[in-house]
Amino acid sequence: ELPPSHFPASRAAAVAVGYLRYLRGGPGRGLDLRALRRARRQDIDDVGHNYYLELELEDILDKDRTVNCTAEVLYHLGSKTSAPDVQVTLQGELWSTEEADKEFYNRIRSLEKELVAENIPDSHGRVPPELEPIRLLAWAASGYVIWQNSTENTKFHLAQVKHVKQVKRSDEDLQFDYVVLLHEMVSQELLPWEVTLLWHPQRGARVARDRRQPRHA
Amino acid sequence: DQVLHIVPETFQQVQYLQLLYSTLMLDLWKPLLPEDIRAGEDLHVRIPAPLVQEVKDSLDQHMISYRVLIPDVQKLVDQSMPRERSSHRQVSGGYVYTEYHPMEEIYQWMTQIQKNNSELVTQHFLGKTFENQTMYYLQISQPSNNTKKIIWMDCGIHAREWISPAFCQWFVKEILQNYKSDPKISRFLQNLDLYVLPVLNIDGYIYSWENDRLWRKNRSPYGNGTCYGTDLNRNFNSSWGSAGVSFNCSSDVFCGSGPESEPETRAVAQFIRSKKSDILCYLTIHSYGQLILTPYGSTTKPPSNNEELIKVAQEAAAALTGKYGTSYRVGSTASILYSNSGSSRDWVHTIGIPFSYTFELRDTGTHGFVLPANQIQPTCEETM
Repeated sequence: ELPPSHFPASRAAAVAVGYLRYLRGGPGRGLDLRALRRARRQDIDDVGHNYYLELELEDILDKDRTVNCTAEVLYHLGSKTSAPDVQVTLQGELWSTEEADKEFYNRIRSLEKELVAENIPDSHGRVPPELEPIRLLAWAASGYVIWQNSTENTKFHLAQVKHVKQVKRSDEDLQFDYVVLLHEMVSQELLPWEVTLLWHPQRGARVARDRRQPRHA
Repeated sequence: DQVLHIVPETFQQVQYLQLLYSTLMLDLWKPLLPEDIRAGEDLHVRIPAPLVQEVKDSLDQHMISYRVLIPDVQKLVDQSMPRERSSHRQVSGGYVYTEYHPMEEIYQWMTQIQKNNSELVTQHFLGKTFENQTMYYLQISQPSNNTKKIIWMDCGIHAREWISPAFCQWFVKEILQNYKSDPKISRFLQNLDLYVLPVLNIDGYIYSWENDRLWRKNRSPYGNGTCYGTDLNRNFNSSWGSAGVSFNCSSDVFCGSGPESEPETRAVAQFIRSKKSDILCYLTIHSYGQLILTPYGSTTKPPSNNEELIKVAQEAAAALTGKYGTSYRVGSTASILYSNSGSSRDWVHTIGIPFSYTFELRDTGTHGFVLPANQIQPTCEETM
């Protein structure tokens, strides 16, 4: 049993939230961690450390909407290259965002010029309402990167969307090329990361391509 | 208050919604009149906050689907109208505490504060930064015959944590606005002096306004100017260089060339050393994380007065939560966050100052360092 307020449990919780944001996030749905209720750790010989978590999540767009879930985060032993295995079970249905998704999809598809934006939120923490869905898709995109790159010695949060560019496609997906800034709590570093996100109202979000941006002086 | 978007599907649903409207006296935004509610057409209705859950439950029960169009009506209203400034006028002529201010305006604010409250406030020179900016602290002290113990608070040791200097400014304003009328504050000032350093890392703060919003360190050059900045909160003389640091200048936790290698660190350390027998409590304000952290960062071995430190911190966290429900965690840095050495909070405790705390203000990662300005007021009010 682990104290939920201490860092080993809270780092694992951040991985679970990243994973869930990727899996279930969208332009109309942003999931945030409201509370980590309980945490347990199991050391499995020759495999790794398995964290079992009980979480309460809330909808960033409507804080009254919450959902409980359990998650398992397995960090593989001694591996710097493999992502933790994550499983999440929601206790209850997630609210539907079908209409908001459809509206957003149609709006973007009907744009004459491809959408381009930067610094979301801006220095003062502001996000223009029409860019809120773009920001929530960035949560999904960075959720993937956070899940794939976390270890027991890291804790990532999305600090800011540096840049986003829509790329029009001949198929039905929307494509957004993001540069996101990930804040890593332990080293305090800001890591710029390029992520190409595809999204479709029925098919959801998928990361097509991602890479850490090489450092310039 | 929330605005819901509903598209009734059947005539029964229309009738039900009309009934809901008249019994609860809801505010219809679209259509304007209840008799114009139609199946298949958009309905927008504002629900007062206390009724929101009840209405949603009722809609669910009647299988009427809805979507939240506006999750917080007041927020939208505030965003479209500038806030009243008059309540701050006496304290310092119209300064807006619910916005972030660049360094130049903070300097002007300090001068004004001293001018308008000269019976209580004096501005003092603390030292100079690497780029030769002057570091000032404000001393809030009620004239009296007895020497008083000191509470020291510094903000802005890390450039990107903008909510921190915003809090120091708010704190000063609150004390000065209320010390005559609030019995707790006036009793406080009878026995204690408050020393507030609104921005410790001035060079870094300016850099975060002009060049890189997410800069953390100071701006002293290393490697012949190929690399900039020491993490000032790894530069103090408390197990310096032993944990959670890098010796590489390009790291965000570069601890400098030695303990107190940085002018900003030396300015603070020299002052605190000179007054150490009078300082009762040291507070250093950071973001983000919603934490009240106690010594130490470099070891899990607890400080000698750990029980008392934790107890006081827990009471503070409870009081904070009582205001807006914001939850804070309490504990040592080494157990709650990570290992680190050279922090100001740890150093201050090792030289004998009994109460030493790091506050990590809102939030927990949703906005992180770029906390929206509209959260300045609630953050500061709960932290007060």
